Amino acid sequence: MNARALNLLGLGLVGIFGLAFLILTPRVAELDIVLELTIYVIMAILALSLALIWGYGGILCFGQSAFFGLGAYTYAIAMFNIGESTIPLLLAILLPAAFAALLGYFMFYGRISDVYLGVITLTVTLILFNSVNSTAGPEFRIGVARLGGFNGIPGIPPLNYPGNKAAVIDLEGMFHLSTAALLATYFGLRLLLASRFGRIIVGIRENERRAELLGYDPRAYKLASFMIGGALAGLAGCLFANWGNFVSPTIFGLAQSAQIIIWVIVGGRGTLVGPIVGCIGIQWLSTALGANQPSGSLWWTKLLANAPLILGIILIAFVLLVPKGLVPTLGDFGQWLLRRRKHRIAASLKPKPAEEG
Amino acid sequence: MDLVVLLAIQVLYAVASLALISVGLAIIFGMMRVINLAHGEFLMLGGYAAIVATSQGVSIWISMLVIAPVVVGLIGIIVERAIIRFLYGRMIDTMLATWGLSLFLVGLTTAIFGNTTVGISAPLGSFQIGAYRTSAYTLFVIAVAAVVLFGIFAVMRWTRLGLIARGTMQNANMAAALGVNPPRVYAVTFGVGAALSGLAGAVLAPVSGVFPTIGVAYVAKSFITVIGGGAAILSGTVSASALFGTINQIATFATTPVFGEVALLAAAIVLIRLLPQGITGRFFRRGL
Repeated sequence: MNARALNLLGLGLVGIFGLAFLILTPRVAELDIVLELTIYVIMAILALSLALIWGYGGILCFGQSAFFGLGAYTYAIAMFNIGESTIPLLLAILLPAAFAALLGYFMFYGRISDVYLGVITLTVTLILFNSVNSTAGPEFRIGVARLGGFNGIPGIPPLNYPGNKAAVIDLEGMFHLSTAALLATYFGLRLLLASRFGRIIVGIRENERRAELLGYDPRAYKLASFMIGGALAGLAGCLFANWGNFVSPTIFGLAQSAQIIIWVIVGGRGTLVGPIVGCIGIQWLSTALGANQPSGSLWWTKLLANAPLILGIILIAFVLLVPKGLVPTLGDFGQWLLRRRKHRIAASLKPKPAEEG
Repeated sequence: MDLVVLLAIQVLYAVASLALISVGLAIIFGMMRVINLAHGEFLMLGGYAAIVATSQGVSIWISMLVIAPVVVGLIGIIVERAIIRFLYGRMIDTMLATWGLSLFLVGLTTAIFGNTTVGISAPLGSFQIGAYRTSAYTLFVIAVAAVVLFGIFAVMRWTRLGLIARGTMQNANMAAALGVNPPRVYAVTFGVGAALSGLAGAVLAPVSGVFPTIGVAYVAKSFITVIGGGAAILSGTVSASALFGTINQIATFATTPVFGEVALLAAAIVLIRLLPQGITGRFFRRGL
């Protein structure tokens, strides 16, 4: 089988699995599980946004949660002011993209190196966290929406079907919508990466100088992919604000940013399925470790429930031992198996040296 | 007039504390090109070391100025041997691994000390400037920063150790050919950087209190100071601290502390856009 056929087979499998997941899950699973799966799916969109700009674009963004939080806050504030969800949803995508454009202009056109980029995006996240955190007073309001500071914004109205304020999307609808958004994001990114634009951003990741000498402007391409990443993170933020009907400044926090990085590292940079797998796996793990906590439990079960501790160990272990991430490593292993089999078959087919002489 | 003196002391204090929390990071980054995202947690550990030692009956001065740096320095050497040394030359992987370390340390200290703020009261009382009173501890922090900066200068400039360190950082292969053992120099440098971070965390502990996630409050400020400063360790740290500390304190004075911090971070982003190589990339180039 050649690479192209394998590629199509992979796409088809993801599509079939995704559709089956979308249609079957609410029929077979209890509502609480559907709710749990919805948040995994929303976070997977966030993971994909970083998978694009870091895994393919080579932009080390430590502040993806800034766009995520901005999307969530934009949706919440616009929703209180407008009341019909079409425009808030669009704003929650456009505003983070515009913010990414502004930030990206400073960083890419200033020709800041990778490492500084990480630090700057981290700093921006902290600025947002600090400033939103301190807006608890009643004087901080945008239109009729109070920002709420460290208390967050509770009771955010859910999305409705476009044009009809009364037709609110229910929990099952949210699951369908989020899963459809994830699938659309996945296939959209696959298309994007197969296009000329996608080839160029990967080329820039591999060797920026060479791409530049071939006549492409890396700054513009990086800026464009950064904006797409910001828009996707904003979409995820909007869905997140819907899911819990609540946002608080912690979604700008370092812990949130670290999680996104960990999903991509664990799943594998330079793949799209990897970060989805990493995201769902890590979240499932955190939930499973945190949930089973009988009171007065042993000290080591308490340590296991300590999310930062476990996430930290996972991050260190993956960087040191599995730097490529799970999916590429499994892929390498599979190829190695295939190659070995081929060699063995080739060896058995080889005519034995003639003995009669 | 009194107000001017008071404001001057506050600005000087902001500059000194910024220099103090950044200098350990500047040594590790400037000499080894390692970005240590667990830097904030080293400061946090220094604070805990001082507080635990004090509560065991050790004099507060000894626990701050001796025990905290020694403990955190040893932790630094362990970290360098266990994690960092496998990642030299892979800058991004080092950042990620140290971020993992930072999460790990936050989790660990939360498990041990709980998620609450512990503090020690600042010694030295207060003194009078005209109509205002201010804490004498402020002056102590300024003095510690001055001594630390001068100490680094003296060691780097006038001792054999400093010569070996500078030589190794400039050209490790050449240093190795001349009989120096670069891995050991790296381990010691990392340890010294960590020790200075521990000292800073301990000295600032009476001011801010200590809790497991306090590192977050430090890490962004110290990073932008180091990056804003640029390649030269001492002149970079001093000039960037002076700039950012002044902006921070004046904005704080005019509005609120939160806005002061936002002004500091925003100024840093603009500065890096204007001078991507940091202040010492353009000015004070021959500095240490």
